[in-house]
Amino acid sequence: MTAAQMVLSFSIWLALVVLCVSFLMTVWRVIKGPTLPDRVVALDMLTGIVIGFIALIAIRTGFTLYIDIAISLGLVGFLATVAFARFVLSRGGREGPPGETAKAEMIKALAAPVPETRRSPRKKPATGTGPAVRRKAKK
Amino acid sequence: MIDGFLALLTAFLVLSGAGFALVAAIGLNRLPDLYTRMHAASKAGTVGSGLLLLAVGVHAGDLPTFARALAGFFFFVLTAPISAHLLAMAAHRVGYPLHAESVRDEMKDYDKRI
Repeated sequence: MTAAQMVLSFSIWLALVVLCVSFLMTVWRVIKGPTLPDRVVALDMLTGIVIGFIALIAIRTGFTLYIDIAISLGLVGFLATVAFARFVLSRGGREGPPGETAKAEMIKALAAPVPETRRSPRKKPATGTGPAVRRKAKK
Repeated sequence: MIDGFLALLTAFLVLSGAGFALVAAIGLNRLPDLYTRMHAASKAGTVGSGLLLLAVGVHAGDLPTFARALAGFFFFVLTAPISAHLLAMAAHRVGYPLHAESVRDEMKDYDKRI
């Protein structure tokens, strides 16, 4: 093993340790993050760190096939973030202090009266200009 | 000789990529609000994982692997701003607030302008 190989091996170990530390810090943000978009950002970052792990394992083992796995993981992470962005947009800004909103919604759902089934469904007034409506109007 | 040079280049890329990831994680924990955290995660984090992928390509030493690693690098660099932009846009429109010390919000009356 030449000196350069030893430097490479040592730096891969160091990078693994550094990535572990940054992974744990990002997980801390996922746990703590006060709002949903914070957690989504941290999850996106987590995908990036896992891609870094995969690349390091690829260098250590010599299987370059791991690059394809990393690319597909990146694709999945991108699609997940886009889907979460749509979800944040469609959900609206319903978010109180942490832990309060979910509890309040659960209490409201439990305390709500059971909706009675309607005996006679209201008839819809015939509005529109379809062929059936026109036939009825002729009679 | 060339192998040693490639190994040293790989070591440099690996260390700088891990350093960028660490900087991104520190920024994610230290910055005050969602939009500034997005800076750290989507810039430094992407460059970190991209540099690690480039390190795989350099270490393998053949052209197809390097081309795949380069394609992955450009894929990450192109998709990270899109996802960050979508998420920031959605969060801002829904009304997640900026930090109290922010001095400028150019998107404040975006809905009225379009």
